[in-house]
Amino acid sequence: MIIKGKAIKYGDDVNTDVIIPGRYLYLTKSAELASHAMEDLDPDFFKKFNRGDIIVAGKNFGCGSSREQAAMCLKYAGVGAIIAKSFARIFYRNAINQGLPIIKSSEAADFIKNMDDLEIDLYATTIKDKTKSLQFEIQPLPIFIREILDDGGLIYNLKKKLRR
Amino acid sequence: MGQTISEKILSKHSGQKKVYAGEFVDADIDLAMSHDNTVLISSIFNEIGVKKVWNPDKIVIVLDHRTPANTSKTAENHKIIREFVKKQQIPHFFDVGGGICHQLLPENGFVRPGMLIVGSDSHTTTYGAFGVFGTGIGATDMAAVWTNGKLWFKVPETLRFNISGKLSRYISAKDVVLYIIGKIGADGANYKACEFYGKCIKNMSIDGRMCISNQAMEMGAKVATIPPDKKTVDYVASKVNVKFDVVYSDNDAEYEKIYSFDITDIEPQIACPNKVDNVKPVREVEGTEINQAVLGSCTNGRLEDLAVAAEILKGKKLSKNVRMIIVPASRQIYLKAIEKGYIRAFLSAGATVVNPGCGPCLGLHQGVLAEDEVVISSTNRNFKGRMGSPNSKIFLGSPATVAASALNGEITNPRDVIK
Repeated sequence: MIIKGKAIKYGDDVNTDVIIPGRYLYLTKSAELASHAMEDLDPDFFKKFNRGDIIVAGKNFGCGSSREQAAMCLKYAGVGAIIAKSFARIFYRNAINQGLPIIKSSEAADFIKNMDDLEIDLYATTIKDKTKSLQFEIQPLPIFIREILDDGGLIYNLKKKLRR
Repeated sequence: MGQTISEKILSKHSGQKKVYAGEFVDADIDLAMSHDNTVLISSIFNEIGVKKVWNPDKIVIVLDHRTPANTSKTAENHKIIREFVKKQQIPHFFDVGGGICHQLLPENGFVRPGMLIVGSDSHTTTYGAFGVFGTGIGATDMAAVWTNGKLWFKVPETLRFNISGKLSRYISAKDVVLYIIGKIGADGANYKACEFYGKCIKNMSIDGRMCISNQAMEMGAKVATIPPDKKTVDYVASKVNVKFDVVYSDNDAEYEKIYSFDITDIEPQIACPNKVDNVKPVREVEGTEINQAVLGSCTNGRLEDLAVAAEILKGKKLSKNVRMIIVPASRQIYLKAIEKGYIRAFLSAGATVVNPGCGPCLGLHQGVLAEDEVVISSTNRNFKGRMGSPNSKIFLGSPATVAASALNGEITNPRDVIK
C-alpha cells in the first residue's frame, strides 16, 4: 500500500474533542462530519489540507473520548494516513477499523516538517520524506491488522469473513 | 513466571493457559455496554449483516449522554435505540433518567470481580474498581463484539501504583488521582494496565475507588484495576447473587514500572485548562473568577460526593455570579440524597439539580458555556471546547473544591471554608 501526500504537522495530545467536537456527533452523513474535522484545533485545516495529505503529530494523538467519529471524519475528509510519535489506544483501533492507516514513529514525527512531500510504503515499512531526502523505517503491522486496512476497514473485513 | 491481574483475566477469557504482556489474544467478552451511541453501533451492526446479537443477556444499553433528548435528532436516535433493543430482545435497557452507565452497571449487579467488560465509552475503566478488566472501545469494535462476543486485545504491560498515606480534611479520591495524573502525564499510562495498591486505596470507599479507576483513563490507562477485598465483595454481593472469581496478581508478577506515592501532605488539587495533566495545588489558581460550577458525572456524582458538597453548602447561599449544576449519577443516588437532605441543602443554596445522566460534561445540554466563561467541574475532561464555547475554560476539581468555589464565585481551597 503506497500513500503519497504533504505533511500537515500538529503537536502533542491532539484529543478527540478537538478533532470532532461533541456538538457535531449527531451528524451521520460522511461529508457533513468531514467538514468539521479538526475544527476546534485548527479552524484553517481545510485551507492547508488537500485530499491524500498526511497528518504528522506528536505523542498521544487521538486521546480522550472513544468517539469513532474522530477517525471517521478524518477518513471521510480524505486524510491519507496519520504518523505520530504515539497514539491513544482507542483512537488507534478506531482508525484501523475505519481503514485509515496509522503509523507510530518518533523519528519520522520529529524530522518531518510541515508541507514536506511524503511517500509511505506501508507494507515495505518505509516513510520517505522527498523534500528532505530522508527515509524512516517503521515497525511492521501485525498481519490481521494489515488485512483490515487492505479490506478498507473492519466492516468490510467482517463481511468478507462472513461470506466464506 | 507470575502473572498480573490483566494477564490472568485475558488468559482465562481466551482459553489459554498463560498469556503475558505483548501477546495478542482473541478474548470472550462477559459484558458489552453502550449508551446513546448505540444508534451508530446498531447501524454498523446492520451493515455487517448479522441478524441477531450473539447473546442479548450479555449486553447492557443505557441512555445517559443526552437525556432527556436535547434535540429532535437525539429523540429520533433514542427511538431507533428503543426499537433495536426490542427487536434484539435485549433485557438490560436503562432509559432516560436512570443514570450514568458507569454507575448503573455496578449498582445493578452487572459488574463482578474477574470479568472482562467492554464499553463504547472511554471511562469503562471505572469497573476496574471492582477487580475487573474493563476497557473502552469504539463503535465498530462494539458492533464486531455483538456479532460473536469476541474481541482481539494486545495483552498490556502493567504499571503498579503503591499509594500510601491518609486522606485528610477535604482531600478525596479526586485529589489523589489528579495528583497522580499530574505526575505521570496524560499519556503516562498509555496502553498500560494500572493496578492500585497501598493503605490509601485499601481505606478508600467504593465511591472513591470508582473515581480513581474512572479518572485514570485520563493518563491513557487501558484498564485501572483495584484488587478486590472485603469492601468489593460485600458491595457486589449486596447487588447480586452470582458467583464470581476474585483475581489477584501473583507475587512474582512482572510490572513495567512501580510508582510509590505518599499522599499524606498533598493539598487539594486542580487540573487547569486545557489538559487533565495540567495539575496544580488549588492555592496556585485560587481567586480565579468562575461563572459555573458542576458537581456530577461518572467520576464524581456519587452519594459521597454529594455529601461533602452538601456539608459545605448547607445553610449558605451561592455567589450570585455563579450557576451551580448538580447531577446525581443515578436515580438511586438521587433518592438517597433526598432522604439525607442534600437536595434541600443544594436547592436552598441556589443550585440547580438536574436529572441523573451525563449532564453538562460533554457540552451538549444542561449548562453549556458561553464564550470566555469559566467553569469548575468535578467531571473528568477539560479539553478545549468540551463543555461549550471553544473559548470557555474548564478547571477540574474535587466535589469539595467545586462547592467551595461556587460559594465564593471564585476558585477556592475548600480548607479555607469557614464552617
